[in-house]
Amino acid sequence: MAEKVIINVKKLKKYFPVRGGLMSSFGSGKEQKFVHAVDNISFTIKQGEVFSLVGESGCGKTTTGRLLTRLEDPTSGHIYFHKRDIANLEGKDLKSFRRNVQMIFQDPYESLNPRLTVFSTVAEPLLVHHVGDTIDEREDLVAKALEAAELKPAMEYLHRYPHELSGGQRQRVAIARALALRPEFIVADEPVSMLDVSIRAGILNLLLDLKAKYGIPYLFITHDLSVARYMSDRIGVMYLGTIVETGESEKVIKNPHHPYTRALLSSVPVPDPDYKRERKKIKGDLPSPINVPKGCRFYPRCIFAKKGICDRKDPPVVEVEPGHFVKCHFAADIPAMDGKADEEMEEKVELGEQLLQETMNSAGNDEEEIEFV
Amino acid sequence: MDEAMENNELEVVENEPLEVPSESHSDVITYDENEEYLLEVNHLKVYFDVLGGEVKAVDDVSFALKAGETMGIVGESGCGKTTTAFSINRLLPDNGHIKGGYIKYKGKKIAEPDPEITGLMKDRKKRKLYKEKEAMMAPIRWKEIAMIFQSAMNAFNPVHTIGAQIVEAIQAHEDVSEDEAMERARNLFKMVGLPPERVTGYPHEFSGGMRQRAMIAMALACNPSLLIADEPTTALDVIMQDRILAEIKRLQKKFGISMIIITHDVSVVAETADKIMVMYAGKMMEYGNISEVFHHPAHPYTIGLLGSFPSIKGEKKKLKSIPGSPPDLVNPPKGCRFHPRCKLAKPICMEEEPPIVELSDGHWAACHFAREIYSGELKEE
Ligand SMILES: Nc1ncnc2c1ncn2[C@@H]1O[C@H](COP(=O)(O)OP(=O)(O)OP(=O)(O)O)[C@@H](O)[C@H]1O
Ligand SMILES: Nc1ncnc2c1ncn2[C@@H]1O[C@H](COP(=O)(O)OP(=O)(O)OP(=O)(O)O)[C@@H](O)[C@H]1O
Ligand code: SF4
Ligand code: SF4
Ligand SMILES: [Mg+2]
Ligand SMILES: [Mg+2]
Repeated sequence: MAEKVIINVKKLKKYFPVRGGLMSSFGSGKEQKFVHAVDNISFTIKQGEVFSLVGESGCGKTTTGRLLTRLEDPTSGHIYFHKRDIANLEGKDLKSFRRNVQMIFQDPYESLNPRLTVFSTVAEPLLVHHVGDTIDEREDLVAKALEAAELKPAMEYLHRYPHELSGGQRQRVAIARALALRPEFIVADEPVSMLDVSIRAGILNLLLDLKAKYGIPYLFITHDLSVARYMSDRIGVMYLGTIVETGESEKVIKNPHHPYTRALLSSVPVPDPDYKRERKKIKGDLPSPINVPKGCRFYPRCIFAKKGICDRKDPPVVEVEPGHFVKCHFAADIPAMDGKADEEMEEKVELGEQLLQETMNSAGNDEEEIEFV
Repeated sequence: MDEAMENNELEVVENEPLEVPSESHSDVITYDENEEYLLEVNHLKVYFDVLGGEVKAVDDVSFALKAGETMGIVGESGCGKTTTAFSINRLLPDNGHIKGGYIKYKGKKIAEPDPEITGLMKDRKKRKLYKEKEAMMAPIRWKEIAMIFQSAMNAFNPVHTIGAQIVEAIQAHEDVSEDEAMERARNLFKMVGLPPERVTGYPHEFSGGMRQRAMIAMALACNPSLLIADEPTTALDVIMQDRILAEIKRLQKKFGISMIIITHDVSVVAETADKIMVMYAGKMMEYGNISEVFHHPAHPYTIGLLGSFPSIKGEKKKLKSIPGSPPDLVNPPKGCRFHPRCKLAKPICMEEEPPIVELSDGHWAACHFAREIYSGELKEE
């Protein structure tokens, strides 16, 4: 696979101003406060690569996706798309950029126009790009896209409106629409969160097929680690607006170094009414991104934190093995400190992987080749 | 938090053949007359009018819930879970109609098929009927039966702050001052792990998971007797999911709240529910006590569903998933709706709809061979 870098994100920031009324409860006078949604992140995505962002609710994953598709203006930093900085595009240039990238939204209500039928929704991008000469031809393309997204038989859905579909069906219409045109770059924000395992398998395989066939790079956002592992070449673990660990997915999952990554992995749930989960590798809640902790952002919740160091200095980014980066003062020593719990964690990850592998296999590629224009 | 979780401890029963009561054959789920139920759903049918036919989204579903009990509804996308929930709360869209059965809440009928309205002044009569229904449901919604919607985006009004919407919900049902209501909203925010100072935020300023948690806070604001949670944790990471489920359980125990939890994630049901109902293509496939159904499933679909999840205990088994996809609900398959995907299907399955069989006390399955599967006589492969 070509090693061509398609997306290169440098020191990207997005701060949202906090509105007035709120401040009274802080009692700190008049200075403007900000939500530090994305705070100085850098990463690259190569041709035909899937880069996953995982992390707790509210850590800035969706905001990152919206910045990369330029639905949001960055506060500062650069986003190079094919070597061209698109961070500050405006007007016509911005419009034409947006046309070539697609975002699958986390909440399918956001991506579907309630007044358009499923057919019109999926056919709209085809029309914009003058694909398909006749209605019949377009209907055919739309039906293929729907069936590829596991909405079968497509005919049953073509004339329905979004409110006439179940949650998971809506999610699949949004996927069919985003893929119908084979965009140059896709941001998929929790695209399978509402789907059960058997349908999920088909959708994930569809995304991987498109990647393999056309080399489309993806930013894949999920909170499900086994899905992240199955889908991605590399993973970035986000915490409170920053990336705390990044590297090839196998390395990050099998050999996690950041205390937060390790906590995440240890809390993967188990479908058995008799099993009692071992948890508590993490304390408390995600702090408010308005008052970001000084020093290491994970300090207030970290079980390895050292006073005097972690609460004072922003941790450096350490390369713990080639291509595997960790933002922690004690990056190299964490696994040893945490040794005991390792075995169990690995087992959980393996099970998750096994599950996915299995569903992928059985979902199979028995369908005819999907031709997306 | 941990204490609440530990409650879920269930007895492990080894997979040995069981004795099946032979005379208890029945195709009607009967309620125990000596029990008081909070909610009774009896032979419910809900169809949607669409171009070219009817979507049989819920087709003969029955269950009953006692105070304090939690029931999980599981099943593939599009099988009718949300529709079942919406009929309890009377939130069905205009093209959705109750075609059979009834729902009782605290002994009172809150849903049944609409009478046929024809003739002169049809529309006016319909409007009148609608108004009557609304007048009956308004005091029940939120205060008695609260709902966590599958899409939080759909539930909040984008032009008001989330705090204002929670305050409004509280004040609609209780005589409390705005300050008091706001204080409660802040506490609810803390409970679901949101910084309390963010109650003044608008829905679009919240991340997906934050919105979902705000929705949970709103549903709990009026101390409901019944909480319907439709995929309440899909947008949450494992750590947060864990915490929220524990919190809900704690409140449930404290206030004796009943809950229906809808999910495609079997592990969520395993952690929270006392009972489980497995749905497939609008039909109830299996229903019963959670550990009964998990350890002695009597329906091939349930077996497939459970088999497609890994278990942490015992030896690692090879995982299975159910090949094929769910059927068209406008023209569902004849006989057993699961037959095109069922490995155990026999000719009878393509012709005759299976009866609902009681296998042990309160454990039911809709399959021609439920008894044989339950007793271990019949196995896949
Ligand atoms: N338009 C906005 N105005 C103000 N704050 C915002 C806005 N959009 C996002 N935020 C805040 O930025 C932070 C990051 O939000 P984001 O949606 O990126 O999170 P996320 O990682 O996608 O979380 P989730 O998994 O819950 O979807 C949150 O604290 C959120 O409230
Ligand atoms: N207003 C409507 N008009 C027509 N069909 C509808 C309508 N609402 C839902 N349906 C159909 O009814 C069936 C059941 O939908 P429901 O929303 O209950 O599914 P669900 O089990 O909640 O699925 P999911 O897990 O995807 O949310 C689906 O096949 C759906 O397409
Ligand atoms: S820098 Fe300190 S507080 Fe931060 S993750 Fe590492 S050990 Fe924990
Ligand atoms: S009735 Fe027949 S087809 Fe249906 S689940 Fe039972 S064995 Fe399978
Ligand atoms: Mg998000
Ligand atoms: Mg639903």
